Amino acid sequence: MHHSIVSLKLVTIVTERILEDRLLRTLVQLGAKGYTLTQATGKGSRGVRASEWEGPDTKIETLVSEDVAQAIMDHVADTFFEHYAVIVYVQDAAVVRGEKYV
Amino acid sequence: MENLDVLAANLLSPVILAFVLGVIAALVRSDLKLPPALYNGLSIYLLLAIGLKGGVELSKTPLSVFIGPALLTLFLGLITPIIAYNILRRLGRMDRVNSAAIAAHYGSVSAVTFIVAITFGTMTGRAPEGFMPALVAILEVPAIVVALMIAFMRDGRAGSWKDALHEVLSGRSVILLVGGLVIGALVGPEGFEPVEPFFYSGFQGALVLFLLEMGIVAAGRLRDLKKVGFFLVAFGILVPILHGVLTIWLAQFTSLSVPGAAVLAAMVSSASYIAAPAAVRIALPEANPTFYLTGALGITFPFNVTLGIPLYYALAEWLIG
Repeated sequence: MHHSIVSLKLVTIVTERILEDRLLRTLVQLGAKGYTLTQATGKGSRGVRASEWEGPDTKIETLVSEDVAQAIMDHVADTFFEHYAVIVYVQDAAVVRGEKYV
Repeated sequence: MENLDVLAANLLSPVILAFVLGVIAALVRSDLKLPPALYNGLSIYLLLAIGLKGGVELSKTPLSVFIGPALLTLFLGLITPIIAYNILRRLGRMDRVNSAAIAAHYGSVSAVTFIVAITFGTMTGRAPEGFMPALVAILEVPAIVVALMIAFMRDGRAGSWKDALHEVLSGRSVILLVGGLVIGALVGPEGFEPVEPFFYSGFQGALVLFLLEMGIVAAGRLRDLKKVGFFLVAFGILVPILHGVLTIWLAQFTSLSVPGAAVLAAMVSSASYIAAPAAVRIALPEANPTFYLTGALGITFPFNVTLGIPLYYALAEWLIG
């Protein structure tokens, strides 16, 4: 049996652990139905993290509609780009059970 | 003991030698590093242990004995960030936001410095009052709030107050310390007895392991010393001494013993590097973490645990004893 495949956007945010709670709350407010968290380490233009005790950075992935993806990108750019270590990008994704995510 | 012997005893204690080992390991670029889960676990163990012991002691302490030191601690928590802020602004010519950010760290307390100070006193036969952990809980939060208020008032802006305050009050050190104090006070000496071996016997060993990691972390900050400049290095040593002297001078008007005054001085002079960085990163994101983390971890913590703590004991003995 074939499952119908739906096009969605996969938004990925890699950022300081300290922003995790705030970001997750906002993602849900903006319309994300779920997310996946991964511990991440790496190197970028900002070397310094807030607290050694906060541990490594966090990678947040969420599958959303194009509108929600745009809203998330805008929010992250406006709120966090200036002062925090943040990477955000969006990719096309093809999923089954598309209704689960919108 | 003569002061120099005491200093040597501190520098040659397992806790400080483990710290030095951590620094050396980081300097020679060893792959040594405590797994994050382990040092998280150790910090939970240490904080809960001192909270519980403090709570048990508090249950035996009359309010009349505790109230003086408690009020003094609260006062110092409110005044030290203001002192630190003004020194940074006027003498250091730093901008407001970075001054307030650093002031939050130097007003608040480093629980590990406190634990090392208690351990040092006990080791040299001069144990302070048992209720000292309760004073740590009092000292931790007000300074951060005062420093953030300075930043917000001066700039007339609305930052993420709620998030920052939540970060401080729900942070692990406040929850474990206050929670431990409450549990210890509720269960009393008899209730604590069954769990005491676990929290007592392992404590020194856990502290040695934790200081090993602290050495690695502090050495990582040493690389940033050049970036922060001479003023902040001097600030990170002289302001703790100033805060320590102020504490001891004021402590003579309370019921605090000589060791109690010395440990309180170590607390007040220490700089927070767990609760304050988290709150400041959220409330004052434009402040440069290199300044406050290098100051608290790379300069003040190593100074206090090696030279500062014996100095405060000597000063307390001289002024009060």
